[in-house]
Amino acid sequence: MQVIKETLTGPIFKNNPIALQILGVCSALAVTSSMKVTLVMCVALTVVTAFSGMFISSIRAHIPSSIRIIVQMVIIASLVIVVDQFLKAYAFGISKQLSVFVGLIITNCIVMGRAEAFAMKNPPMASFVDGVGNGIGYSVVLISVAFVREVLGSGKLMGFDVLPLVTDGGWYVPNGLLLLPPSAFFLIGGFIWVLRSVRKDQVEVTEFKLASHAAVREGA
Amino acid sequence: MSSNDGTSKTLVVALALCIVCSVIVSTAVVILKPIQEVNKTLDRKRNILAAAGMLEKNATAEDINQQFSDIKTRVVDLNTGKFADDAVDLARYDPLKAAKDPDLSEALTTKQDLAKISRREQYAVVYLVESPQGDIKKLILPIRGYGLWSTLYGFIALESDGNTIAGLGFYEHGETPGLGGEIDNPRWKAFWPGKQVYRDGEVEIGLVKGSVDPAAVDAPWEVDGLAGATLTSKGVTNLVHFWLGKNGFEPFLNNLRAGEA
Repeated sequence: MQVIKETLTGPIFKNNPIALQILGVCSALAVTSSMKVTLVMCVALTVVTAFSGMFISSIRAHIPSSIRIIVQMVIIASLVIVVDQFLKAYAFGISKQLSVFVGLIITNCIVMGRAEAFAMKNPPMASFVDGVGNGIGYSVVLISVAFVREVLGSGKLMGFDVLPLVTDGGWYVPNGLLLLPPSAFFLIGGFIWVLRSVRKDQVEVTEFKLASHAAVREGA
Repeated sequence: MSSNDGTSKTLVVALALCIVCSVIVSTAVVILKPIQEVNKTLDRKRNILAAAGMLEKNATAEDINQQFSDIKTRVVDLNTGKFADDAVDLARYDPLKAAKDPDLSEALTTKQDLAKISRREQYAVVYLVESPQGDIKKLILPIRGYGLWSTLYGFIALESDGNTIAGLGFYEHGETPGLGGEIDNPRWKAFWPGKQVYRDGEVEIGLVKGSVDPAAVDAPWEVDGLAGATLTSKGVTNLVHFWLGKNGFEPFLNNLRAGEA
């Protein structure tokens, strides 16, 4: 039981896929300009990671190692297509906004990473829980990024006005940068900074040291 | 594990996996297809109504279908400017695909190609809002053209005189949020209704820098430009000029006024 709990909650702060492993950053940039879209993306990714982990793990004893990546990809891709089809049927507006990014879950490093690193070595139930845990870890980062971007970038949260905009007769001048993908870099960077200030063990060991500043020699 | 690596085992696993996965995927696609089709049609209708300024806030699917029952879908031959309903099969015809097909479209010269779309389809699909007696109340015409980053896709709605604008809107674009993306702002879109398109037979409507002085002589042909989005503003002006000009819907609008469409 303790192990299950550890598998589930570990990836949230202790071993966060985005903040510590720096995986899956591309979709974190693209789908975080509004909260609604972000939530759907988080659910989609969590579902895919969890079930792909479970399925891969349940046939792991029969996967030939020469084609194991292909086998993982086929399972992940099938799940992603199914999820995409469901979104198109039941959340059409949001699936239009997510456009290619649902399809790109296939290449999301978190899904592949968990399949290869965890599901190939652990039983199905544990792999499922691990997938859910990593999905939540991903979601925590995305939701906090989306919160800042949507509130400060367009004065809204979940589509409801929070800060009345100047263009609509209010007082808030929105920060256009936050609606552009690069802003997510700053926010994710900030998230990692805060996380590593609290959990000092996540700070990476310095690989090299800068030499002290040397005075320029004449004629050098 | 080594027993898994034989050629036959590898083939069997690969084949079995592919069959299982394809069955799952195709089942999902086939079962969900009807719901997706409904969504797509509804989305198209919603865009058309929104562009025409006829979409009410929080309109449900029934409201939209109800409103759409007054709207007739017609085909227009852009070369002759006349209705050509039998020329294409509406259920399958996609004007955007046709614009890429040499048989169904023509290349535009640089001078003609104000909207930077490079090819224009011969048959356009237009929507007519009709009164119960069959008189045309509004015309909804598809428009598209290049802005700063992307092609803008939208509709322009005209009153029955074919000159007064009833509304304009874009359903797809990739302009900068907060700058060019403000073409989606309802406050900007509200500048359009009531403006005039033609002056002495030429397309005159366009975006100007800053805001329009309502007392100016030119005011009926001018719309406020978008602050900080000069190129998007130019793009909008150009695409409206193209689609309502000689290579666009102008012949059709003239025919319609003369009762010869």
